[in-house]
Amino acid sequence: MAITTFSSAEQYNFDIVKKFAIMALVWAVVGMFAGVYIASELAWPFLNFDSPYISFGRLRPVHTSAVIFGFGGSALFATSYYVVQRTCQTRLISDGMASFTFWGWQTVIVLAALSYMAGYSQGREYAEMEWPIDILIEVVWVTYLILFVGTIMRRKQPHIYVANWFYLAFILATALLHTFNNLAMPVDLFSMKSYSLFSGTQDAMTQWWYGHNAVGFFLTAAFLGMMYYFVPKQAGRPIYSYRLSIVHFWALSFMYMWVGAHHLHWTALPDWTSTLAATFSILLLMPSWGGMINGIMTLSGAWDKLRTDPVMRFLIVALSFYGMSTFEGPMMSLKEVNALSHYTDWTVGHVHSGALGWVAMISFGSLYHMIPKLWDTKLYSTKLVEVHFWLATVGVLLYIIAMWVSGITQGLMWRALDEFGNLQYSFVESVAAMIPFYIMRAVGGAFFLTGTVVMVYNIFMTIRQAKQEEAVLEAKLAAKMANAGA
Amino acid sequence: MRINFKHEWIETNIGLMLVLTMLAISVGGLVEIAPLFFIKKTVENVEGINVRPYTPLELRGRDIYIREGCYTCHSQMIRPFVDEKLRYGHYSLAAESQYDHPFQWGSKRTGPDLARVGGKYSNEWHVQHLIAPRSMVPESVMPNYPWLMQLLDQSDIANRMKALRAVGVPYSLTEAEREANVKKFGAEVAAMLHIADAKKNLVEQANLGNYDGDRAGVSEMDALVAYLQVLGTMVDFTKVDADELVRSR
Repeated sequence: MAITTFSSAEQYNFDIVKKFAIMALVWAVVGMFAGVYIASELAWPFLNFDSPYISFGRLRPVHTSAVIFGFGGSALFATSYYVVQRTCQTRLISDGMASFTFWGWQTVIVLAALSYMAGYSQGREYAEMEWPIDILIEVVWVTYLILFVGTIMRRKQPHIYVANWFYLAFILATALLHTFNNLAMPVDLFSMKSYSLFSGTQDAMTQWWYGHNAVGFFLTAAFLGMMYYFVPKQAGRPIYSYRLSIVHFWALSFMYMWVGAHHLHWTALPDWTSTLAATFSILLLMPSWGGMINGIMTLSGAWDKLRTDPVMRFLIVALSFYGMSTFEGPMMSLKEVNALSHYTDWTVGHVHSGALGWVAMISFGSLYHMIPKLWDTKLYSTKLVEVHFWLATVGVLLYIIAMWVSGITQGLMWRALDEFGNLQYSFVESVAAMIPFYIMRAVGGAFFLTGTVVMVYNIFMTIRQAKQEEAVLEAKLAAKMANAGA
Repeated sequence: MRINFKHEWIETNIGLMLVLTMLAISVGGLVEIAPLFFIKKTVENVEGINVRPYTPLELRGRDIYIREGCYTCHSQMIRPFVDEKLRYGHYSLAAESQYDHPFQWGSKRTGPDLARVGGKYSNEWHVQHLIAPRSMVPESVMPNYPWLMQLLDQSDIANRMKALRAVGVPYSLTEAEREANVKKFGAEVAAMLHIADAKKNLVEQANLGNYDGDRAGVSEMDALVAYLQVLGTMVDFTKVDADELVRSR
């Protein structure tokens, strides 16, 4: 083994980071493929093939779980373990626990996907996993919390680096949300089926408190943690404003938890709750943009990197999409806008401008930065990163433009009245009008997926190249030893 | 005494950071969720509203609705707008989903809202539409559900009702509970909610309703159509004072 990798492997547990990083890419391909497939089912319904296992309703949670928890989750485990070790200058406190979180988490995703296809679902968006899987998640998550906090406690310097605050808030919030949203009564100890503890209005509120904060903490706070480490590292500059990071951390953590009820405007949820949620949603624009500004301005004085460094471009474009979707979100939480946008494809477009534009792009950028360091080599091809960047960007744009147009068209067709006060369109006319946009969306998704496949190839070649370099080094070393022996 | 607060205290103390972060993220949920359990008018309690729990057959239909992920494309929540009233009917009440564990309000209308689909179409229409949607609605993008014609698993219906009873649905296990149901819902409904008779009631309703148009055995289609046909039919809005409802919002 090469001397350099030996010493860093001694100091840090990089093995676990490597495993999670690879699985992040595997789940990205699986989850995005499922996404392109269900998008195509909407455009061409024959693709359901009369099979229960791949019908849209069962496959949709396979897509969401694979991308959010499989890809996003694995990327977060990988980067948080990397960042916490580097910034605390200490090894994870337990290799066994780290390994348990890896195998436990991968088991969760596999079981979730298989159980949805077999027809087991709690019927709660983004929390479809049935109770045995929920218990496994709980155990893995508590282990993760202990491991993360324990490692911070063993840090070699007094200050806890800002990226770790965000990861910590994400781990705590996810534990809180997951626990309360999944309270349920199993039909039988040996039955996968359960019924939720709450019903109707209270259940709806709990679910969207969970649902929106899965976005707020899993898909935002945690990825901001990623941003706070990898953007300054890749730019080679300190973070723009330390004070801003303090202010926006506390504001974001506090405010996000209030906004879930904006998913329930004009429903049977009491007006006071959804109005309160809308108010906080608008306030949330400030901490969100605080984070975006802090990230983008870190590049000030080094803007040329945007031209020369495609990895940097991924990170900065991710922040731009973050800024855009955190502007769009508060706007959609206004009751008047929501009356038009709710139940339409506009919501789907909004989610994907965040999920593809922000979450996926910042993960790609971070993985491109981290993976060569883990394997102690250089990226196989910067040109391919460039290709990936453009495929991904064009893909997101096609996707969200299609959904904006279809969403607003739907909303307007539903509410259109003729001169006599009758409905102008039947529902199915609005369905028929969506078909071109469903096709365009599937094409956008396919672009994005192709970009990801290019990345997988690039990373595969990078790791292979690292192994070859290592072999050459080892052979040299062996030869030297043999010479010395003789 | 003046304390000079420094953020550095938190940055250098993981215990303090844990506690303060936990506090910051707990407030929103507490303020918005907890009161919904205590403020009485959250669920309308207005004269004329008499929502009952699902019968065993409807309950199994609802389970299938959830299994197939129908909520990914259909909402069950009508908003108080003119167009929605014209298209779907009266806006949905909280009371109408008070026995729904979990709620199925949905978030997306790739297909139309189903909150009041009950009674709008015939059983035959539903069966044909579920097996081959495009044979009824050529522009539809809904998947075909031919497998719903398979026999319904009735084995654990009593356990399902017991689990729901444990989370607050008034299915009756004891004689006292049955009598309470008679008082609340009338004798006919109360008999349907009695767990000991679950299997018998399920088969009887399926045979009587013959939802799938096939007399042989109880199919999943029987259950699902029975569920769809009851959606939105439990409140008779001609008997409810509209002004009273508004006060509950």
